[in-house]
Amino acid sequence: MNKEIVIKTDKLTKRFGDFIAVNEISFEVYKGEIFGFLGANGAGKTTAMKMLIGISKPSSGNAAIAGYDVYKQTELIKRNIGYMSQKFSLYEDLTIKENIQLFGGIYGLSDDQIKTKGESLIEKLGLQDEADKLVVSLPLGWKQKLAFSIAILHQPKIVFLDEPTGGVDPITRRQFWDMIYEAADNGITVFVTTHYMDEAEYCHRVSIMVDGVIQALDSPEGLKMRYNAQSMEEVFLMLARGAKRSD
Amino acid sequence: MRELTFLLRKEFLQIFRNKLILRMIFALPLIQLILLPYAATYEIKNITLSIVDNDHSEQSRRLINKFTSSGYFRLTDNSATYNQALDKVEKDEADLIVVIPQEFERDLIRQSESTIMIAANAISGQTAGLAVAYSNSIIKDFNNEIRTEWLPQSRFNTIPVIEITNSNWFNTQMNYKDFIVPGVLALLVTLVGYLMSALNIVKEKEVGTIEQLNVSPIKKYQFVLSKLIPFWVLGLAVMTIGFIMSFVVYGIYPEGHFWVGYLFAGVYLIALLGFGLLTSIFAETQQQAMFIAYFFMLVFILLGGLFSPTENMPDWARYLTYINPVSYLIEVMRMLVLKGSSFWDLRLHFLVVTGFAIFFNGLAIYKYKKTN
Repeated sequence: MNKEIVIKTDKLTKRFGDFIAVNEISFEVYKGEIFGFLGANGAGKTTAMKMLIGISKPSSGNAAIAGYDVYKQTELIKRNIGYMSQKFSLYEDLTIKENIQLFGGIYGLSDDQIKTKGESLIEKLGLQDEADKLVVSLPLGWKQKLAFSIAILHQPKIVFLDEPTGGVDPITRRQFWDMIYEAADNGITVFVTTHYMDEAEYCHRVSIMVDGVIQALDSPEGLKMRYNAQSMEEVFLMLARGAKRSD
Repeated sequence: MRELTFLLRKEFLQIFRNKLILRMIFALPLIQLILLPYAATYEIKNITLSIVDNDHSEQSRRLINKFTSSGYFRLTDNSATYNQALDKVEKDEADLIVVIPQEFERDLIRQSESTIMIAANAISGQTAGLAVAYSNSIIKDFNNEIRTEWLPQSRFNTIPVIEITNSNWFNTQMNYKDFIVPGVLALLVTLVGYLMSALNIVKEKEVGTIEQLNVSPIKKYQFVLSKLIPFWVLGLAVMTIGFIMSFVVYGIYPEGHFWVGYLFAGVYLIALLGFGLLTSIFAETQQQAMFIAYFFMLVFILLGGLFSPTENMPDWARYLTYINPVSYLIEVMRMLVLKGSSFWDLRLHFLVVTGFAIFFNGLAIYKYKKTN
């Protein structure tokens, strides 16, 4: 099978003074894949992700996102990705509709597109009654689903999710992953970090970062086999236990 | 350009949704314009006066009467001795002591001269200075009166006297309010424009929404403009309210053209908002931004010539006012309101403030990084 590569990094490194946050990571992510990016706190996941989405300049190494260079073509990268951060980052003092209009507009959707896509989004999330309410009044789980839907509103090639399900109940997490699968089926590549090992099992492939280095990269089945483990949790503990850094 | 309209829409929605801030923006001009000109006055009236009259003569009573009827002094104490009067000063019951010596009247008549002692409480140097100045002019008046009464009624005055008459240009009544109201107006525009813009980006930083904008394809200039334009509009709106207020309450309106005022405020606000953006780029939290803003506001206002004339400042402080944008607006407001200055008269001010606008905004755009 000829797989199209959408993310490719080559010895990508980020230093802060003497501290090497991300140390020569090299990996590839394929189109339509759900790629789990795991690691303990302080392993360098968020720093690595910030380089990939073009808001942090790498210290050395190369990376191409959707075919664009992370040094020179950050604006083109931004046009082709969606991003949902650890911190909830919709505007809480705007309504659901207003948030949709804002982000749709920023990503260059036409008024018609905003209207039809916005309506179907609201309908899909079952938020018809809340559409004109301020986002601040929504429960966390709904906010996260809304944030994800808005992050993929403009049909990006890749969507980056930084711990999207932190603090969310198991039922909503399950629903959230249904949405991720649906996005992947529609050809959107999903790059996700998480601390929940059950979620790691849902990914097509996962990488595990320890102290700024990618220690392992394979499908969950492959990893469990290699480390002779029952679950991803066991694999993770085995690898992360050797870590010298933590928060 | 289309992206910018979406961003602007968002900013205005947020501003108008924040009811508390909105109310503050409009309450501030009202309260400040009503309170400040009345409260912060240079004129000193009701100086408390303690008199030690050791003479109890017709002339001493006449002098005391001149003091109390001048309108500047309030006689609060008649002490028997200077030390008793000093006691009153210590208790803060008297600002000025006037000691009339024994034989005051007799010396005046016989020797044509007498001495009066004046002692002022100089805790507030300004009050003391003015109290002494008022006393001097009262005593001088008294002098002239008795001189004309006692001198032989000759047609030709033996002592030549040069009399000075004043003519106060631009503020003929020397009305303090005419002077302070345009200054307060300048202060208001500054306060609203600077604080609002300084806090705005920092709030997005604190909440984390700025990251979402940074990963989006919006351009730097679009982002900066979306933060400038709303507060520019708001600043001019506040100025309009201020103009209306100062006309309704004080009957003060600019002698010059309104458009010159708006044009200047427009350029000034661009400079000021640029400075606000710069502040918010350096600050990470709203607390930090608040403190930085407070620091600069205080320095700008104290050195801006609102309360103390910049001409009185030492050289080094006067040079500082040249790089203080606020002092330009205060000066322009006064020139426009009192003097009716034209655009051409104010060209230098325009030039300098345009320079500020380019400098601050250039630096803000340069320093604001979507990538780090």
